Amino acid sequence: MTTSKVGNGAVSSRAKAPTRRELYEANVRRRATRIALISTISVGLAIFFLVPLAPGWEAVQRSFFNGRVFAATFPGLVEAFLLNVMIFAWSAPLIAVTGLAIALCRDTRAPALFPLRLFGMAYTDVFRGLPVVLVIYIIGFGVPGLGLPRPWNSPYIWGTLALVLVYSAYVAEVIRSGIDSIHHSQRSAAASLGLSDRDIMRFVVLPQAIRNVVPANMNLFIALQKDVALLSFIGPVEIFRQAGVYKSLYANFTPYVGAALIFLALTIPATRYADYLMNKQNRART
Amino acid sequence: MKLIASSALALMCTSVAAFAMGEGTCAAGKTLSEGTLTIATGNPAYYPWVMNDAPESGEGFEAAVAYAIADKMGFSADQVTWVRTSFDEAIQPGAKNFDFNMQQYSITPEREEMVDFSLPYYVSSMAVLTTQSVVDAGAEATLDSLQGLKWGAVATTTALPILAEVVKPASDPLLYNDNADVNAAIMAGQIDAALYDLPTALYLSAVVVDGGTLLGQFPPEQSENPDKFGLLMEEGNPLRECVDAAITDLSESGALAAIEAEWLAEATGVPVIK
Amino acid sequence: MTGKLSLRGVRKWFGENEVCKGIDLDVADGEMVCLIGASGSGKSTLLRCMNLLEPIDDGAIFLDGVDIAEPGLDPQPIRQKIGIVFQSYNLFPHMTALENVMLAPRRVHGHGREELRPKVAQMFERFGLGDRTDHYPDQLSGGQQQRVAIIRALAMEPQIMLFDEITSALDPELVGEVLDVLRDLRKQGMTMVLATHEMGFARELADKVCFLEAGRILEQGPPDQLFSAPREERTKAFLSRVL
Repeated sequence: MTTSKVGNGAVSSRAKAPTRRELYEANVRRRATRIALISTISVGLAIFFLVPLAPGWEAVQRSFFNGRVFAATFPGLVEAFLLNVMIFAWSAPLIAVTGLAIALCRDTRAPALFPLRLFGMAYTDVFRGLPVVLVIYIIGFGVPGLGLPRPWNSPYIWGTLALVLVYSAYVAEVIRSGIDSIHHSQRSAAASLGLSDRDIMRFVVLPQAIRNVVPANMNLFIALQKDVALLSFIGPVEIFRQAGVYKSLYANFTPYVGAALIFLALTIPATRYADYLMNKQNRART
Repeated sequence: MKLIASSALALMCTSVAAFAMGEGTCAAGKTLSEGTLTIATGNPAYYPWVMNDAPESGEGFEAAVAYAIADKMGFSADQVTWVRTSFDEAIQPGAKNFDFNMQQYSITPEREEMVDFSLPYYVSSMAVLTTQSVVDAGAEATLDSLQGLKWGAVATTTALPILAEVVKPASDPLLYNDNADVNAAIMAGQIDAALYDLPTALYLSAVVVDGGTLLGQFPPEQSENPDKFGLLMEEGNPLRECVDAAITDLSESGALAAIEAEWLAEATGVPVIK
Repeated sequence: MTGKLSLRGVRKWFGENEVCKGIDLDVADGEMVCLIGASGSGKSTLLRCMNLLEPIDDGAIFLDGVDIAEPGLDPQPIRQKIGIVFQSYNLFPHMTALENVMLAPRRVHGHGREELRPKVAQMFERFGLGDRTDHYPDQLSGGQQQRVAIIRALAMEPQIMLFDEITSALDPELVGEVLDVLRDLRKQGMTMVLATHEMGFARELADKVCFLEAGRILEQGPPDQLFSAPREERTKAFLSRVL
């Protein structure tokens, strides 16, 4: 009670005139802003004026920041990016579901289900241990090579499978860490009410676990958005491949810069949002 | 200071080289290192352009042409050095580590904005690589039939624009990093056919692709922009004139045709696509 | 068996550490039994054993004459008959108060939400939480959360309720509202076992008080006798420390 009275006193005095402490803090803040501004501007100016002084600048500019090539290729890149978005759109839900299933496999306790647990463990170990591009090659060319008829040998199908295999292994580990993070007293409370193990997992543990790992999974899905480009190794002409085609056509790297800009336009907001969620969660915990 | 020093050096070298090599030394002072011609090829370099990935042997069409050009420019075989580059290394800005780069680079106006090409040393047909099972399924050497196939190509080649302009396939082609990946896709049945320059296609169908066969070729006359191979050089390379003179010489004397006959003889006898 | 719930020679180890060293206890129907004793004396563990959250290592627990501690028995149907409320409430933080209460009746008894709603709403009303049904646990005070936890356990209509120091985590001014709930239940004739530090409350309402020390029931009896004239020296010492 006493504390809140002191608080009220502070509020009312603030309305009249700033306190000594407030004056001091405002001063410190102003100085900090000024210094940050000056240092940012000087670094910016330095880059702007010094880099072009480099002897190779003109050549680099012509090869990487070529306005003519940029204008000619950018619309095609945006169009190719739609394929990335599509592949992402159908991969992401599959990854989420598979990752959840694998996480649950790893959490089974019944001895009869031990093989499932073993499978979950092997799965996450193997697919987290392999470079994505290797899995895409092996699955994308290997499985269709067994003699599947079209359309079942499509690189889209098997490339997607490769992405799902690798990313669901990561998602499974993240979800599992989420499950482990739920205090055992929650399981006890649910068990004491007579709920079955299944219901405890489904209604009590999982909803909390998944909520806890949303930010971590967001980061995985941002990485996925970038790795979709690796599907180009087995044929699909998505933005990275399209940029490569333009590069070869124009003997110029500007299309890669264009592709980079398009990626950033999507991943920077997504990364910011993931950070925001993460910070919010951390604040909620403290 | 540096400028003066290097021009003095160049001047000195020129006189020395001119003295050493006598006539026909248009290359003097213009190469990467004096008295040596540095030629780049692919890594690996493929048959039949370079035999056994060993350009030093002078065996294979491009290896043989390279030594012939070098000879015309006044370099003996000992004075030729080989380096390897990828396509990207060949076009990246900055100093190059070769005098010219020879790996079936097609000459296009767009590319010429960024780099220099010599006169063409070879005009290639484009050929359709496929497998016997696709042919058995009814594919024919007609444009109609080709349009219905699922196509693939190496992303960095000019096969792609030709595919788009001449064949106009019904579904978008799939693109790959290199020959090996295209072949993997053909063998996995993910694509029916791929477009290559004729010599490469011949080699792949005979040696690499199981059950590979050539459905037909698009002869250069048929295309508005036939696939012409040129030597790639850094833009503004002073050596270009000298190289062009050598190529003109070789083609006028019939030497180029003779080399072509020696290494690319099989390229005749492939049916023409109607 | 003399009681509704009877413990005979219950033993429990945590690794090398024996927490219950052969406990005999009878709880008659409608009786309120209070377990008192220092922290670590085994009160909580004993309660958790009674509703099978911890499997006992030896001995027997009879509910209406049936041994429920038999190894291999499915604990779920038994837990439905014995409710427990914890010191730290353990509400499900992602559910509203109402959802917390309705989850088990819905899933275990297969009741529909609408079917449950009037009864559950009435319980909220009765415990002074009529306007708190749609609040999430973190929007409720400790006392309110603990009352929701009690309602959650009661909603399963258990025959016996176990309370594990349910006021220990509460601010002093909130203890009263939770104890009122227990008084109310006592009036209804609920069979209850409490582990508690609230000696005044135990003295006022308990039918029987048991003093636990180091995993044994050292002394038990009616509250007047145990609080006023304890037989054991160590009971005396404990009471003089806490009273």
